[in-house]
Amino acid sequence: MTVDSRPLSRRNLVAALIADYVPILLAILVVVLPLAYLVLSSFKTPADVVTQRLVVLPDPWHPGNYSDAARIVPFARLFVNSAVVTVVGAGIKVLLAVFTAYALVFVRFPGRKYVFWAVLATLMVPPQVSVVPNFVFISGLGGQDTYWGIILPGLATGFGTFLLRQAFLTLPTDVIDAAEVDGAGHWRRLWHMVVPMAAPSIATVALVNIVFEWNDYLWPLVIVSDPEMMTLPVGLTLLQNSENSASAYGIVMAGTVMVLLPVLVVFAALQRHIVTGLTQGGVKG
Amino acid sequence: MVAEIKRSPATSPPEVSASTASSRARRGRRRRARREAAIFLAFAVPNLALIVLFTYRPLFLNMYYSTLDWTLGAPTARPVGLANYVEFFRSSEAGEVFLTTAVFTLSTVLLSMALGLLVALGLNRKVRGAGLARATVFSPFVLSGVGVGLAWQYIFDPTVGALGAVLRSFGVDSPQWFNNETLSLIMVVLVYVWKNLGYAAVIYLAGLQAISSDVLEAAAIDGANARRKFFSVVFPLLSPTTFFLLVTSTLSSLQAFDLIRVMTPLGRGTTTLIYDAYLRAFGGYNQAGYSAMLSTVLFVLLVILTLLQLVFLEKRVHYR
Repeated sequence: MTVDSRPLSRRNLVAALIADYVPILLAILVVVLPLAYLVLSSFKTPADVVTQRLVVLPDPWHPGNYSDAARIVPFARLFVNSAVVTVVGAGIKVLLAVFTAYALVFVRFPGRKYVFWAVLATLMVPPQVSVVPNFVFISGLGGQDTYWGIILPGLATGFGTFLLRQAFLTLPTDVIDAAEVDGAGHWRRLWHMVVPMAAPSIATVALVNIVFEWNDYLWPLVIVSDPEMMTLPVGLTLLQNSENSASAYGIVMAGTVMVLLPVLVVFAALQRHIVTGLTQGGVKG
Repeated sequence: MVAEIKRSPATSPPEVSASTASSRARRGRRRRARREAAIFLAFAVPNLALIVLFTYRPLFLNMYYSTLDWTLGAPTARPVGLANYVEFFRSSEAGEVFLTTAVFTLSTVLLSMALGLLVALGLNRKVRGAGLARATVFSPFVLSGVGVGLAWQYIFDPTVGALGAVLRSFGVDSPQWFNNETLSLIMVVLVYVWKNLGYAAVIYLAGLQAISSDVLEAAAIDGANARRKFFSVVFPLLSPTTFFLLVTSTLSSLQAFDLIRVMTPLGRGTTTLIYDAYLRAFGGYNQAGYSAMLSTVLFVLLVILTLLQLVFLEKRVHYR
């Protein structure tokens, strides 16, 4: 214990505040400063960009970077593409995960343990390993520069199935059994009991998939070459390549803000679920 | 299982004679089992079919492609056996790629875990703002690697970047991050750690909060100082968390693509195994067979590491 025994003396209070808040402040600054600099830089004039001085606040503010970025790369169209790919892709993935997890937990089937292992093992196969064969397959079917070509190969879901299976296993079985005795079939039990009871877990899986689909880069990069069909991250690299002089950083930063901002907004609103979803299993091992 | 026992008595009405009842029950059970199996298949097959088609099929096809001399897009390919593997492992490229992969993986994993633990220790207190800090530190993890890479590319730019400007104010010239292979690798490592350390921090934070305060109080009563308490009590108790992070972080570092692609498109100094596989197929070479060989090597490496770490994990955590 410290010499000063009064717990609320000014010196103790200040020491406690410093010990508590300096690490918190430091951690926040390390993350926020680069992002704030990004947003500020997206409003810089070329003159403020092409300088060896450190310019933090744009002078004057130059929102024209955003319209320039949208002129060079069709950002509105890319936004729609990303939204379609994200909503359709994540939506189907969640549905598939719900059905598969329900079957694995509540439907009796002789080999379901092996089915579960086959699903679980996919977590060890990174999508990058499958790029060449999937590219050959999908482009052979005419899937280059199409929505379905972007979405289809990523739909198989080991992660979501695994997470929802764990969630379904914790549901109160006696309630669901009682429903079966009352004559409720699997379809009713799934939609009227399991889905509502496991709604938080399903929402978590949905959010994780939404973030993943929105940011996904390698596959859309490989399968799309028409700028009109690009997703936002792919379009961003197109912007980077077409504007590679130093003075264009303002425009590139504007494009970057347009890609990062939607995810930041969603994250700010739903961070608890997203953090839980992305770190699930971490402590339980 | 318990549920099944509870359910079975309901199927035999009392007024039917014993033998017909049991045979009818058996037939009913069989019909029900068949219906259950049909429902299982209807629910699971769409996902399973996709898994087979887009995960397992490409995995094995990749192994086959790796034995071909095949230009991407060409209608024909020439089987060459293990020639791609021999060519890779005999060339100086293999040593460079493995070294880059090892340096990138080790430094990103160790740095993000060490810094993550430090941040977790700093945030592990019950004060207002700790939750906000946790979310803030985690947020780069959910951001697009492409966007993060571009934001940092501007900061690192030697002539117009903020980092160079700050260094010049101290009288130091900015390092040539993009023209020097070692510096490029260091830069990508730093940005990767910035983006991913929040994940380690949140996992460690949960691990710390699971440590009961009784243990810490007991250590304090025994006269352990903060340093002793950390190294003799807290860190050993975190070992399951540490090993979990070691596994997951190593696997994701080996698969890091977005940042490398955006910050160093030519891969000078940053060509890891996965990036080499990408460059060979889609970076202008069109060497599909060679790329498939590299992907196969990467996959084998991932499986070996997973198994090794699982075995190690078992030993350390359960038989400690």
